[in-house]
Amino acid sequence: MTTYYSEEHEWVTVEGEIATIGITQHAADQLGEIVFVEQKDVAETFEKGDDIGVIESVKAASEIYAPVDGEVITVNDMLAENPAALNDTPESDAWIYKIKLTNVAQLDDLMDLDGYKTFIG
Amino acid sequence: MTDAPKRTPLYDLHVELGGKMVDFAGWEMPVQYPMGIMGEHNHTRTKAGLFDVSHMGQVILRGEGVAEKLETLVPSALTTLKEGKARYTFFTNDDGGIMDDLIVANAGDHLFVVVNASMRQQDIPHMVQHLDGIEVTEILDRALVAIQGPAAENVVGDLCPAARALTFMQTTVAEILGVECRISRLGYTGEDGFEISIPQDKAVEICRAFLAHEDCAPVGLGARDSLRLESGLCLYGNDIDNATSPVEASLTWAMQKRRREEGGFPGAARIQRELADGPAKKLVGIKPTGRAPARAGVEVQDLDGNPIGTITSGGFGPTVGAPVAMGYVTTKHSEPATQINLIIRGKAQPATIVALPFVTQNYKR
Repeated sequence: MTTYYSEEHEWVTVEGEIATIGITQHAADQLGEIVFVEQKDVAETFEKGDDIGVIESVKAASEIYAPVDGEVITVNDMLAENPAALNDTPESDAWIYKIKLTNVAQLDDLMDLDGYKTFIG
Repeated sequence: MTDAPKRTPLYDLHVELGGKMVDFAGWEMPVQYPMGIMGEHNHTRTKAGLFDVSHMGQVILRGEGVAEKLETLVPSALTTLKEGKARYTFFTNDDGGIMDDLIVANAGDHLFVVVNASMRQQDIPHMVQHLDGIEVTEILDRALVAIQGPAAENVVGDLCPAARALTFMQTTVAEILGVECRISRLGYTGEDGFEISIPQDKAVEICRAFLAHEDCAPVGLGARDSLRLESGLCLYGNDIDNATSPVEASLTWAMQKRRREEGGFPGAARIQRELADGPAKKLVGIKPTGRAPARAGVEVQDLDGNPIGTITSGGFGPTVGAPVAMGYVTTKHSEPATQINLIIRGKAQPATIVALPFVTQNYKR
C-alpha cells in the first residue's frame, strides 16, 4: 500500500489496481469549514485533470481534480450527511472515492509524502 | 499601478489575534480569526463579536440647511430626523439606481455619515459637488468598531454606561476610558449592537478593553457577510448597485412617505413610477431545498426552465444550518412559497422563495 500526493492537494492510496482518493489535511485547512460535497456516481469514468466533484466551504466552492485516470467504484456516502468530516479526518474516514486505476503509469507523476511536504512548504 | 492596500489603526491587533488578512476594497482586513467563520458567526449570534469597520468612510457634513441639501441626493426624510437619531438611506443616480447605501446621523450641529469603504472615492466628491455651501469633511483619524450580539450591551455598557440608554438607531457622544467616542446603536448583523467611532491612537486600547470581556471575541469579514445575509441586509455591489432601484431592492421602507410623494431626489421619476405600477423584478429571499450553497451569479429559473432571475448573495447560513441566498426574480415569481430552480454547475436544484430575513432581527427598540 503506497500513498501518493498531487499538486492539487489530493492523496491517492494504492492497493493493486484499486485506489482510495481524498484531499489532504493541508487542503482542508485552506478551504475552511466545509458545508457541502458534490460527488460523482459509481461507474462514472474520468481522466486525470477532470473535475470530479466540488467542495463548498463557508468561503467558496472548490473543484476536486482527478489526480489520475479511473472509474468510480465506491462513493463515500458519509460526506453527504456530514461534510464537516472533511475538515476533521480528510486523510482517513473522510476519503472521497474508491476508484479503479485505468492508467497506473500516471502514479509516477505524483509526489511521495516528503515531496508533498516540500511542495506545501 | 495599484496602490498597496491600506491598514486600519487595528491592523497590528488583528495580526496579534491571529487574523487571516486579505485585501478587501483596498484595505488589508481580517477575513477570519482562529475561531473560524462558523464559530465567529455563532459567537456573534449568542454573545458578542468585535468587528473592525474602520475601512468605511466617516464623514461630517456641516452648514446651514444641511439636511435639506442632503435630501436632494437621497430619497429618505432627513429634515425630520431628530438629534441623536440615525437613519439608513442611499444615494440614487439620475436613472433611479443606487450609487451607494449609507447611514446618516443627526449629531446636533452636523450630520455624521458613514459610507461603504469601496465607495469613499465616489461618495465624497459627489457630496462636495452637490452640497452647495456645506463643508464635507472626511474623518481620517478615527477607527470605527462594531460590537454586535446579545451581549453587546454589557460589553460596551460596562465601559460606557451611557451606551445602555440608547435604543436602536440612536447615537450619542460619550467617554470610553476617558476618550470621547461617538456611539451609535446599530450594525450590520441583525443583532443588537453598537458602532463606535474612536480616535485612532486610542482604538487598540479600547478594543483590548472590549475583548477583555469574557463574552467578546474578534470577528472577521467572513462572518460579517454570513450574518448580514441571514438577516436579509443588502451588500452594496452585490444586492444593490447603479442599475437596481430601491423599489426593486425592497427598500421602500427607507423612503419616507413625504419623499416618495414629493420626489426631489435623483431618479425620482423611475422610483415613483415603480412605486405606482410595481417594479419588473424584486429582491427576495431564496432557500435552496438541498444542501448545495447557491452563490452570487447563479441563474434562477421557473419550473418550466425559463430564466426568471439571478442570485446576488448566497452561501451557507450557520444559524439557519443550511444554505441561504438573496436574489432578483421577476415580480410575478416573487411571492413567498413560490417554487423555483437554481442552476448550480449546470444542474437544476430546487429552491423556494421566502420572506426575509432568514433569522429574526434582534434590535433593541
